[in-house]
Amino acid sequence: MNKTRYSALKVLKEALTGHKGWEPVWRDAEPKSEGYDVIIVGGGGHGLATAYYLAKNHGITNVAVLERGWIGSGNVGRNTTIIRSNYLLPGNEPFYELSMQLWENLEQDINYNAMVSQRGIMNLIHSDAQRDAFVRRANAMLFADAGAEYLNRDDIKDRYPFLDLTNSRFPIKGALAQPRGGTVRHDAVAWGYARAASDLGVDIIQNCEVTGFKINNGTCSGVLTTKGEVKSGRVAVCVAGSSGRVMAKAGIKLPIESHVLQAFVTEGLKPVLDNVITFGAGHFYCSQSDKGGLVFGGDIDSYNTYAQRGNLPVVEDVCSGGMAIMPMIGRARLLRSWGGIMDMSMDGSPFIDKTEIDELYFNGGWCYGGFKATPASGYCYAHLLATGNPHEVAGAYRLDRFRRGAMIDEKGVGPQPNLH
Amino acid sequence: MIINHPLLGPRDSEEFVYLGSTDLISRPDWDSDTAAEDFHQYQYIRENLAGDNSELWYHEQGDQSWLVVTRNTLTHEIKRVELATDFARKIGRSR
Repeated sequence: MNKTRYSALKVLKEALTGHKGWEPVWRDAEPKSEGYDVIIVGGGGHGLATAYYLAKNHGITNVAVLERGWIGSGNVGRNTTIIRSNYLLPGNEPFYELSMQLWENLEQDINYNAMVSQRGIMNLIHSDAQRDAFVRRANAMLFADAGAEYLNRDDIKDRYPFLDLTNSRFPIKGALAQPRGGTVRHDAVAWGYARAASDLGVDIIQNCEVTGFKINNGTCSGVLTTKGEVKSGRVAVCVAGSSGRVMAKAGIKLPIESHVLQAFVTEGLKPVLDNVITFGAGHFYCSQSDKGGLVFGGDIDSYNTYAQRGNLPVVEDVCSGGMAIMPMIGRARLLRSWGGIMDMSMDGSPFIDKTEIDELYFNGGWCYGGFKATPASGYCYAHLLATGNPHEVAGAYRLDRFRRGAMIDEKGVGPQPNLH
Repeated sequence: MIINHPLLGPRDSEEFVYLGSTDLISRPDWDSDTAAEDFHQYQYIRENLAGDNSELWYHEQGDQSWLVVTRNTLTHEIKRVELATDFARKIGRSR
């Protein structure tokens, strides 16, 4: 087991002794023949966080995380790294605020530098009606102790002179800001949780694809994998963009469609953007990475797909959104673009729930908001798996909420997944 | 993606609006005993296929026809395009 504690002193010591004392960050394991108490299907951010909180909060350490590829190879490695808790609805806001609080203590908790940067996030306002809506949302945020500020046009002009404040179609009239929002080094989240979980005894098993579930008389007792059959008391699926494909192996259909979301990064620039900015009229959000690249994204491609790449019309749409608020982005060259598969739910909100099959659990439907939710998703999923009851801030994330008419539709666009 | 419109020939997918699977054509019977559950399935539950998917595209910036496009959701390859009216008649609808 890896007990090396990371610290500045350790870095200094290793620098002076030829870096011979570093150990692998996590233990690469093979499936145990006697099985596990809990198997987590999916070694992304949410799955690894679930494993960590199962071990840490609930003392359940006989746990395996099964990953088809390498850990962190899905959406935790493909997002735009933004964290925020600026939601409106009571089903969502306390959950995302728990996530924000967990982000704030994450690095000390798991002893891993995840580069959590609370640089702030600013949602631009372009009309009076939008100001009313954002002020209402700010009040909901204040009720949840998330913190919110209203910025007027002059505040924005002083800080970000490069924004097109007088755009004739979408003039910038103000902004809703959450100073505690920001960015996190996404890959480090997967690696840090993997290391912390592995230290507590969790088996992380890579290159192990789940090909089926062992289900008898409505009870799940393990999984079939490319490394053989693995027994387990509970099976917890947590596979984001692959939710539809994996749950189909258990015969379960979901209120989810899979769509591709593209993201982009420019060449490295000098520091220019010390915040996360979102365009309130189109769909565009941007921050600057520590390497200097402007990282940005916009809408999903709007058709069902499992291909981790998108098409050109959305590239044009996102870039024109960027040009509308910060024309200087037109001078930067685009370095890379990539796509990740989003499990778009019917109301834009996620699921952390039991399924109709006993001992089979499901976590998914994160749409394109899964990264910021990583700590709380793991925290609440672990709570559900350990106690059998939903965590108090995740109680609304049930699979049957459409049947009950209890949707959590932040945007109010109805059951059309490509509009959330 | 280029959608080969049966009347207008090859068109850029940007001209179209995507709705979803062709399952949406077959609206359940409102008067059935199981209507509540049928509509729940129809409205909220998705096949979400990985592979060939039969889906509805609306040519909004063109002739405003509804098309049924068979497209592979793993590769984006379009295998077949037909008018939604032809498709609906084939599955037993009057129009």
